[in-house]
Amino acid sequence: MISRWSDAVITEAREYREFPGLFKTLYFGGGTPSLLSEETLEKIVMKLREIFDLENLAEVTIELNPEDINKAKLRNFKELGFNRISLGVQSFRDEELELLGRRHDSEGSRRAFEMIREAGFKNVSIDLIHSLPGQSLSSWEYSLKTAAGFRPEHISCYQLTIKGGTRFGKLFSSGKLKETAEDIQREIFVRTSDFLCGNGYQHYEVSNFSMGEGCESKHNSLYWEHIPYLGLGPSAHSFDGAARWWNAGSVAGYCEELEDSRLPVADSELLTGDELALEALFLGLRTRKGISLDILKRYDGWEDASARLSALSLVKIIDGRMIPTLEGFLMADRLPLLLID
Amino acid sequence: MTGIRNFSIVAHIDHGKSTLADRLIQHAGLVSDRKFQNQILDNMDLERERGITIKSQTVCLPFKSREGGDYILNLIDTPGHVDFSYEVSRALAACEGVLLLVDATQGVEAQTMANLYAALEHDLAIIPVINKIDLGTANIERVREEIEVELGLDSSEAVLCSAKEGTGIEELLEAIVKKIPSHQGDAGKSLKALIFDAQYDSFRGAIISCRVFDGSVKAGDEIKLISFDSVHTVEEVGVFRLEREKRKKLSAGEVGYIIAGVKTVSDTRIGDTIVLASDLSPELLPGFKEVKPMVFSSIYPVERTDVGALTEAIEKYKLNDAALIYQKDSSAALGQGFRCGFLGLLHLEIFQERLYREFNLPVIMTAPSVRYKFVLGSGETVTVENPQYYPDPAVIVESLEPIVKVTLLLPDEYMGVVMRLCLDRRGETPQISYPVTGRMEIVINMPLAEIIYDFYDKLKSITRGYGTFDYDFLEYRKEDLVKVDFLVNGEKVDALSIVVHRDRARMRAVQICDSLKEEIPRHMFKIAIQGAIGGQVISRSTVSALRKDVTAKCYGGDISRKRKLLSKQAEGKKKMKRIGKVMIPQSAFVSVLKTNED
Repeated sequence: MISRWSDAVITEAREYREFPGLFKTLYFGGGTPSLLSEETLEKIVMKLREIFDLENLAEVTIELNPEDINKAKLRNFKELGFNRISLGVQSFRDEELELLGRRHDSEGSRRAFEMIREAGFKNVSIDLIHSLPGQSLSSWEYSLKTAAGFRPEHISCYQLTIKGGTRFGKLFSSGKLKETAEDIQREIFVRTSDFLCGNGYQHYEVSNFSMGEGCESKHNSLYWEHIPYLGLGPSAHSFDGAARWWNAGSVAGYCEELEDSRLPVADSELLTGDELALEALFLGLRTRKGISLDILKRYDGWEDASARLSALSLVKIIDGRMIPTLEGFLMADRLPLLLID
Repeated sequence: MTGIRNFSIVAHIDHGKSTLADRLIQHAGLVSDRKFQNQILDNMDLERERGITIKSQTVCLPFKSREGGDYILNLIDTPGHVDFSYEVSRALAACEGVLLLVDATQGVEAQTMANLYAALEHDLAIIPVINKIDLGTANIERVREEIEVELGLDSSEAVLCSAKEGTGIEELLEAIVKKIPSHQGDAGKSLKALIFDAQYDSFRGAIISCRVFDGSVKAGDEIKLISFDSVHTVEEVGVFRLEREKRKKLSAGEVGYIIAGVKTVSDTRIGDTIVLASDLSPELLPGFKEVKPMVFSSIYPVERTDVGALTEAIEKYKLNDAALIYQKDSSAALGQGFRCGFLGLLHLEIFQERLYREFNLPVIMTAPSVRYKFVLGSGETVTVENPQYYPDPAVIVESLEPIVKVTLLLPDEYMGVVMRLCLDRRGETPQISYPVTGRMEIVINMPLAEIIYDFYDKLKSITRGYGTFDYDFLEYRKEDLVKVDFLVNGEKVDALSIVVHRDRARMRAVQICDSLKEEIPRHMFKIAIQGAIGGQVISRSTVSALRKDVTAKCYGGDISRKRKLLSKQAEGKKKMKRIGKVMIPQSAFVSVLKTNED
């Protein structure tokens, strides 16, 4: 299956060899990297280098779980050109890891991080999840402080998202697990920002913190700035500046389409000017760069609305840009609705 | 010579009335089997969805009996709700007999009884029909016994059928011919026709459904609608097949339509009598009543700028609904709108739903109110059906509210819960009787205001569908009434005000504050909701401030989904009404209807 999948990914990549623009980042994520043998990963990277001009890559990231890591693998990643690792730590509390159904423990995360550093990776991100059911503020702070203690260049702090249909979703809908109270979620969010900002990190996106501007995730920033990206593999989304399309979700379906010389595109959309503007609006308001006021000018009454948001300290207007405050980040899903009256 | 039989089908809901009607139509060959669409007579989407008939429908079925006689069977379908009981009575008055349909798996139910009474009142021949005999759970013997014991009818007369399978239809048609008497009219006499319905046609105006009792009518005749005293020239007469079918004339005993340049259905009255203009001593057929709206509500466009579109929509709607009355109205909170009068709450709901479906117009309707009377210090009596115009309490000497005589029919096991429901709603002097064993009738005087909200729904739910009720206006009675206003974030929302009995004011105010709390979405700030009599706050609730609203992840695959969600939310916001700083959804205005008492 893996070789069938990797052949399909390579076939798909060939179909997009004319994709416009220079690639500046490469990102292996979405759970798959852990499944790949070193040979397969090497094969894909080599082929991609053949197909695309990857001379200008500034950031080559791989997502890994602590249990996937050993010294030999890390050496291999390094040789393949990976220069950034995103490590799925999630928590430094073993009982929380168990609740999340993770296969590693906190000790495994510590060892993994040390090995990564020893292998010479200078750009590392740690992923954490907060607002787990039953998680206290102090329990979260323990994980957060432990993570920050490793001084990674980047930390992502995600609030637990409950999706219907998942194992977790069912536990919530059946009432076996209870969602963290909104006030506690809020407290966690605020304290996380305060703590990391007081310890050398900047809060550059709702859920993301970096040690200075150079350590922001260059790859994720593409999404937020509407720069074209090409996604390969099942369920992957791509955007070429005007259109967005996404692939079939099933691995078998994805492979079949490519084997029959068809693109595995499930659906696509050509974005109108209004849609692009709306995206720029809500994506920008999730980042500390904010949005240019020019984007707002298409909405009636935007001046009154932005004055209201400023008065509520949700945003600040600086140099022709609307920048969300921490309160603004907390209301990032609401801000666009308050602006496009 | 062709014989005529005029009949209606009456049944408890879901006992298969529409399916049977369809089967009769199919049997008569009016529609090819291939094109057959279920439930032909309920031709509004709304009727099909709710499983109720709102307008009367008629179909004229040709039939050749086994003995070789040619017949015309006129099936007159009737509405099935208390709001339309007058329309039902007029449709039944156009018949000589009814098919009383009973579900073989359910047996006789409350509505079956009520229908039987209505048929008996009109002195109609009754053919019991046991339907759904194809089902495994059918218990024909038990149903026969119920027909004997509970309905007092001869069960050996009952026709067995399965409308779904089409079995027994032939026997049923034979029974209609044999057991329903022919009409007693005289075609030689002067014209006398009963109007039992009217439908609007944009080319022809009102299409009047009528039953000719005496005489005949043809194109070119000058006719008079007695209650309007209006004279029209007949342009066309005919019968209803699935479409209109033109005829030379309609004679005594026949059921059909008249087109006579009558502009809209509001220029006709159900129950009115049509005579020739030359008739020097016209006489109304018995049973005519002028229907009066009982329930009033204001309607506003969600967008103030849509008031023109709303005006047009109401005018169009009115063309086909004589029972609706309306006049211009305005509210400080909601802008320009209309005050409308309805027969009852279902009538109101149908109106709202059709405005939305047929005119794509989202509207806000205020809590329904009855028509109150106030005697003022000056000696003047004012009539108020809109709480907004409640007089200054300081000048009110006497408050009067309409009382109705409510008649309820139910199996006696539900007596306790039904009595409690009535007494909780200020019912007085109940009279109880047992028309048949096991069934009881409660006649009780109640304020109309207490039954216009959800009394019908409550009655249905506590009697598991077996209870039915009907009401008639009785009198205006002196009561201690107060107006309760509601404030959202300190702003009075005039469209939410209600008039209520002083003893019930606090309870209603608490319920409404709670409903509003559920309906008003959270904002960036805390929203206080208060109910008040004059300056005195009697209830309050709070919508807590939104403290956090952010999704954790927004990467490549999340962007389209998020954009679509935002667009949808922005669209939803447009349907809300801004009152001060607060966005109030349409549903909040409706939520005051719910009483949540259990």
